[in-house]
Order: sequence, then C-alpha cells, then structure tokens
Amino acid sequence: MSKSIESTGIWKNFGDTQALKDISFDVNEGEIFGFIGPDGAGKTTLFRIITTLLLPDRGSMTILGLDSTKGFKKLRENIGYMPGRFSLYLDLTVEENLNFYASVFGTRVEDNYELISDIYSHIEPFKKRLAGKLSGGMKQKLALSCALIHRPRLLVLDEPTTGVDAVSRTEFWEMLRKLRQHDITIVVSTPYMDEAIRCDRVALIQSGQIMTIDKPQNIRDGFSRKLFSAKAADKYGLLIALREYPGTLSVYPFGDSIHVTFSEEKPDKALTEFLLKNGITDAVLNETEAGIEDRFLELMGKDETRKL
Amino acid sequence: MKRFLGFVRKEFIHIFRDVRTLTILFGLPAVMIILFGYVVSTDLKNASLAFLDLSKDDVSIELTDKICSSGFFEKTADLSGYQDIDRILRSGKAKAVIIFGEDFGRDLEAGKNARVSIIADGSEPNIATLVTNYATAIISGFNQQLLLAGQVSVPVIVPEVSMFYNPSLKSQFMFVPGVITMIMILICALMTSITLTREKEFGTMEVLLVSPLKPVHIILGKVIPYFFLSFVNVVTILVLSRLVFGMPVNGSPILLLAECMLYILLSLSIGILISALAKTMQQAIFISLVGMMLPTVLLSGFIFPIENMPKVYNWLSAILPPRYFIVIIKNIMIKGTGFAHVWKETLILAFMTVILIGLAIKKFRIRLQ
Amino acid sequence: MTRNPVIKVRNLVKKFGSFVANDNLSFEVYEGEIFGFLGANGAGKTTAIRILTGLSEPTSGEVMVAGFDARRQPEEIKKNIGYMCQKFSLYDDLTIRENIMLYGGIYGLGKALIRERTNQLLDRLNFREYGDRLISSLPLGLKQKLAFSVAVFHEPRIVFLDEPTGGVDPITRRQFWEMIYETASRGITVFVTTHYMDEAEYCDRVSIMSEGRIVAIDTPAELKKQYDAESVEEVFVKIARPGMKHGKESETADNKREA
Repeated sequence: MSKSIESTGIWKNFGDTQALKDISFDVNEGEIFGFIGPDGAGKTTLFRIITTLLLPDRGSMTILGLDSTKGFKKLRENIGYMPGRFSLYLDLTVEENLNFYASVFGTRVEDNYELISDIYSHIEPFKKRLAGKLSGGMKQKLALSCALIHRPRLLVLDEPTTGVDAVSRTEFWEMLRKLRQHDITIVVSTPYMDEAIRCDRVALIQSGQIMTIDKPQNIRDGFSRKLFSAKAADKYGLLIALREYPGTLSVYPFGDSIHVTFSEEKPDKALTEFLLKNGITDAVLNETEAGIEDRFLELMGKDETRKL
Repeated sequence: MKRFLGFVRKEFIHIFRDVRTLTILFGLPAVMIILFGYVVSTDLKNASLAFLDLSKDDVSIELTDKICSSGFFEKTADLSGYQDIDRILRSGKAKAVIIFGEDFGRDLEAGKNARVSIIADGSEPNIATLVTNYATAIISGFNQQLLLAGQVSVPVIVPEVSMFYNPSLKSQFMFVPGVITMIMILICALMTSITLTREKEFGTMEVLLVSPLKPVHIILGKVIPYFFLSFVNVVTILVLSRLVFGMPVNGSPILLLAECMLYILLSLSIGILISALAKTMQQAIFISLVGMMLPTVLLSGFIFPIENMPKVYNWLSAILPPRYFIVIIKNIMIKGTGFAHVWKETLILAFMTVILIGLAIKKFRIRLQ
Repeated sequence: MTRNPVIKVRNLVKKFGSFVANDNLSFEVYEGEIFGFLGANGAGKTTAIRILTGLSEPTSGEVMVAGFDARRQPEEIKKNIGYMCQKFSLYDDLTIRENIMLYGGIYGLGKALIRERTNQLLDRLNFREYGDRLISSLPLGLKQKLAFSVAVFHEPRIVFLDEPTGGVDPITRRQFWEMIYETASRGITVFVTTHYMDEAEYCDRVSIMSEGRIVAIDTPAELKKQYDAESVEEVFVKIARPGMKHGKESETADNKREA
C-alpha cells in the first residue's frame, strides 16, 4: 500500500515550549487518519507542518511523494486544508466564497461539482446568503466544500467538528466516509474521543507526543486490565470510597458511572464490605468494555513526566 | 491570471460591501477638507495684542497704529512697565506683547538699529508662530516705508518672512496638500494593513498560503483596488478644494497626478510592510496611527514648520516620506513650478518606494510563524 | 428523598419583538443537584440563563432563584449565585491571590475570611506555593479549575457553569468533575449549560432545549432508556433531527423572503 504521508522524527519548538516531540507516523493512501487529543496537544502545529505552513525544527516529512520543505510549491496544489476556524470570508455570500476558492486554485466550480455536490446540496438553497449569517453546521459544510473544490489528493481538516452541534457532527462524518470513494486521503483532528471510531486509524496525541497509533478497535483492545463500571445513587461517595479501597488501581468518573480497575483479577467480597463500611449500600459493579478514552487515560497515567 | 483576477474581484466585493470602509474612504476626505479649511483655520483675525511703549515717540505710535489697523490684531491693553507682561500673558488677554524700548526713538534718529521686541504666549505655539510672523511682516513693511520716505538709510529690523507665494495668507492653501498627504497614509497604509491582517485573524490567510496563489499575487491583489480608490480620492480632494476654497492648481495637473501615484504606491508598500509585522488588526491600526499618522501630522511640516523644530526632530522628519511629498505638492499646486524644481524630492520618494516594496515582499511570509 | 427546589420556573416566556426566545418554560432544579441545561446554539439557552441570573427580565411567567423573584429582586439573586464561563473568568495579568482577593471583595467577604479561604483553596489544588503566579502563566486545565473555585468562593447557593470543560485533556476534565461533585455534595446546586453532549453524561438530570422549548427533561439514564440510545448525544440527535428539518424549512422560507 502506498503512503500519503511519511513522517519521521518531527520536532518543533516555540521559544521554550516544546510543541512537538519526535512525531513519526505514516498515513496510507485513501484512509481516514485521525489525531485525537485535547487542546494544546500539538494537533494544529502538526497540521501546519503537514500543510507546509510551518517548517519543523528537526525531522522530515514526505507528503504525496514530495519532501514537504523542498516540494512545497507543488504540494500546495494537491492539498485541501480546512483550518481550525472555518476559513471563510464572512462578508461574501456562500456562492462567492466557493467561486473565490475555485478561482484561487485555478479551477471552476462546475469542473468538480460532482465531488462536492453531496455536501454543497445542503447549503445550496442559501447560496445568496452571507457566510457570516450561516449556522455553525452550515459554515462547516461550506468550508469543506471550499477545501475540496480543487479536487485535492490530501484533505487536511483541523478540528472540523469543534463548536458544531451534535447533529451536524454526525452528518459531517457521514460525508467524510462518502469522500473515500473519490480516492482522497483524509487527515483529521478532534478533541472528541468518541469520534475516534469514525476513523480508519488514529493517533492519540498528548503534550506534543504521540502515545499510540492503531485502528480504533485495536486501541480499545490495548487496555491492559479488566475494566469495571460502578454505579450508586451517591456518585461522589462511591468515587471517594473506591479511591480509598486498597485494591484499586485507577478510578475515573465516566459520565453517569465510575470506571475502575483493580489489582486482582476480580474484586471480591472485601470490596463490597469496604463500600458498605463507607456507607455505600447500593453499589452495582459490572465488567465493561474499554473505550478509546479509557485507553487514553491509561496511557496518560503511564507517562510519568506529566505533571498535574 | 484568472486566479489573480478572482482575487481582485473579491477585494472589491469586500470594500463595496462594507459600509464603514466606504464611509472612511469617501467621507473622510470631505470631512477633513472642511474641518481643516474652516474650523482649524489658522488665519489670524483680531488677535489680541498688548503694547508696552516706553519710547512714546512719533514712530512707535505710528507703528502701533499700523499694526492695529491691519485687521489681524486688536489692541487690548497698554502696559506701563515690564512687570505687567507676565500678568497680561498669563491672563490670556493678549496673545503677544509688543515692546518699544526707551531708546527706540533715539536709536532710530541716530541711525542705529532700533529694537522692537515681540513676546508671544508660547503655550499656544501655533498661534504664537502666526502672531510673530504676522507682526514681523507688518514691521518689515513699515521698514520699507521708512526707507522709501528717506527717513532712515539702513533697515531698522530685517525680519525674514516668506509669504511671497501666498500673499493673501490663506491657510487653506497650506492645508490641502497636508490633507492629501494624510489621507493617503490613512487609506493606503491603514486600510491595506487592516485587510491583510484581517485575513490572518480570520484564518483565511492560512488557506491562501496553502493555495498555489503566489505572494506577489496576494500583495498585488490587495494593492490594486486600494491604488484605484486612493487615486479617485486624490481627484475628489482636488475638485473639492477647488470648489470650496477656490484652490488653484498652478502647475501641471498631469505632473501632480503622477506624483500622487508615486506617493500612493509608497504608502501602499508601507501598509503591506505593517501587515507583515502585525499579527492582529488591532496591532495594524496601532502601528498605522501611532507610527504613521502622528509623525505625518507632527513632523512632516504639515502643521509645524520644519525650520522651527529642534534638530533631532528635523533629522527624524528627513526619513519621513510625507515631508518630501508636501514639498512637491506645494511646489506644483501653489508655486506652479515644474518637474525641474521637484526632481530631487521625487527621486527620494522613488528610492524609498523601491526599498519599501522590496522589504514588504521580502517580509511577506510564505509560511506561518 | 426530600427535594428542596432552589430554582423554580413556571410558564416563563421571553420575547424579543415577535421572536419568542423562551416559549413557556417550566422546570425545577433542586438543592445540591448537578443540572445539565442542553441545547444547540440558538435554542434559547443563553436567554434563559440571563433571566435566571437576574440579567434580563422575563416577558411573563414566574421565576424564583435561591428564593428570590427574578423580576423584583435580581440584586438579591446575584448575591446568592456564582458564575463561570469558559471565555472569561480570571484576569490574566493578575496573580492567583489578586484574582481571589478581587472576587472575595466584590462579594463583600472580610479580609481575614478571604485569606483563610484562599489558603484552603490553594491547598486543595496543591498550589499553595504558586499563589503569586500570574494567571497567564498557568496551563488551561488549571485555569479552569481555579476559575471554578473562584466562582464558588463566596459559598453561593447555585453556581452557573457555561461549557466548563470544553477542550481540556481527559484527566483534567475528570478532576474538574470531581470538584463539581464535591461542591454539589456540600449542597451547592450546579447548573451546567453546554452544547457538548459528553459533559451532559456527568449531570444528575438534564434538560434539552430546542427552538425555545424544553423538549426533554430527566436523568441521563432515563433519557437513554426512553429514546433507546447509547449516549445523551444520540438522544439529542434523535430529538433534534425532526427539529432540524423544521429549521431548514423555515430557513428556506427566510431565504425566499430575502429574495
């Protein structure tokens, strides 16, 4: 399988802050590759290096077979980029934005219309409206249309779903899925752990370092212990009690339950007694499947250099 | 080429869709012309003067009358001694005091230099300059009279007043070149630096940089619409000042417009340079206003005469393009001189333009920082 | 369980001209509860919060917050609530201690009390020796935890949080929610507005707003059961989807009018 991106040992500093530390990864042609991590993890810096907007301090990156530093002119014709804030001209109409981006890339909207028709059809009824007057979801679709209008071979999307409501997010991922049939490689970043499963492969990134790269299912399977989900009416009381229990390895609140791991294979009566002693009478403990976020937390916990 | 035209088209849409930009572009010149022409007029009319005449001879009384009847001044007080000077100036009842020393009459008769001192209220430097200029002008006129009448053989006082080219002393004529200079800086430098930094702030610059559009295209695409608009503006100002103040263009209009184009180009390159340095619109505005507007107003000779400035400011003013442009435009509009008299200033401006454009293109980054 | 309501809203209507931002809202929030107030952008959340915090007057209906009438006693309400939003909370150019001093002073706490509680607060965050550091030098996650501590510094009866944990790393987020749990266990009601559905999972009860109305209100578990969904997000999508279509139609209508 040929590679769209091959990155080896990328480092980037801004003054004293290390934004990226030894970033190496490959992206296969035609796949959706996700970078999952919180704000400040280095996603945007990395994406700016991929789009040739920044030069790495060290390391090399080959994109679409070209060196990202030397071949940037040629590369820029084949990359579609959607920065974190949707890069639209708010005082231009939907149609004017699209036409403008088409002209900048030396193409016409008609030439590649079938590529964007699926996406653009959602906003076409409002083509005379100023981009500034669109809702977040519609801005996102317009920005995606603009990024695709020159039929790029590599699509780079920096947090395309941040600040967009849940319905639009779901729609957006469906659109990306459909784009795969046009042989476009997609690199996407997101702070939402639950979006990892939408990607073919993901890299978990934190504090400028990649913690792991794999298929989403493999990452979940990588969770090293049995994971239990605990519930009780007094959630906070349960949390405190579980934390104090000697056999506990990790405790994290997880929505309406608490995810906990133990040093022994299966918690025994001692735990029930311990909880009772702490006034938790209604605790329910079930084994559960680890999610991406559980694995993320596990990997973060291992990183001893991390300071809270 | 198509890419480039698409870009220029977009710029025009930006400008014409934004009411605020349009107001600034076309409202400001008109407001400035009228503001400076009427309100901030520096014509002297009935400025209050106090006299301290210790000589009290025929000549001093005659000169006093002459000053007061000029229409520029009004006598508000007769002082009895030097001790009153401070008081009357502090009270604001006089803008200046004219003093004839005890020996004034005697010196004059003896054919020696007779001294007339003018003490002006320096807290209003602009008015002080005007008052002293006007008063010395009247005194020197009086001198001529005495000479002609054969009463004296050598000039008593020889003040240097250069108002030969503007005999009616109309200040509007001085201001129009200044306003053109200012508007150009404002529109070209401020507006272009704002539109460029706006693209940075809204993240659209990132996409433009990633696109195959060349930096030269981006810069030219921004420059062309504003070049065009600035030119329209210059013409508007000239027509307006003609209609409102009857301001003539004594020299060649074609030369004048050509010089304006050169200056527009120079201001635009300043704007691009600013946008290369500024990260946000706010910074761009700050640099344009504080870095460009203030020096233009204060140091270019627009309001305060360069000759009167301390040496340091004078040197500082020498690196400011507006200083030369004002000389050029005054020469062409008021004196009616041709290229032969302004080639030196033109050359300096052309040289500055080449350097600034070079710098702007060099500083314009093809990557983010 | 005796449930003592601290927020009582009955038939709240807020209109801006002919536009109905809040269409007949009725709900209660109980003491010590963590209540999630959800809705898409433009659903009317912000308008409702402004009324609950005494910043805006309702057009009609009855709103009681912390025992005070939002229409007649907005100043009393302000004394009894805390507020934290994601964008602005602390002054970047002041130190931690200076920020706390400022807020303590605004709520009329005495100097000695402020000093005592400041030390407690810094101890709880393991941050005692850094009290004189500028806010701008702190990492995002810590800033948020600090902002929350400051919002409950005067021990209000209700604290309003606006999208409190968007974008922070998973560990910091969990530390933040633990702080919220702890606060709620002291009897302080926590009112969370957000359009991040994953934040909703942590709440005791949530309401979902759409087009000015509350379309669902219950515990996350009950909602998931009711809508046969795996997450609150799925519930939200299921509820909001028909609404979206409706929205699109009206937008098309808008467009026609413009044309």
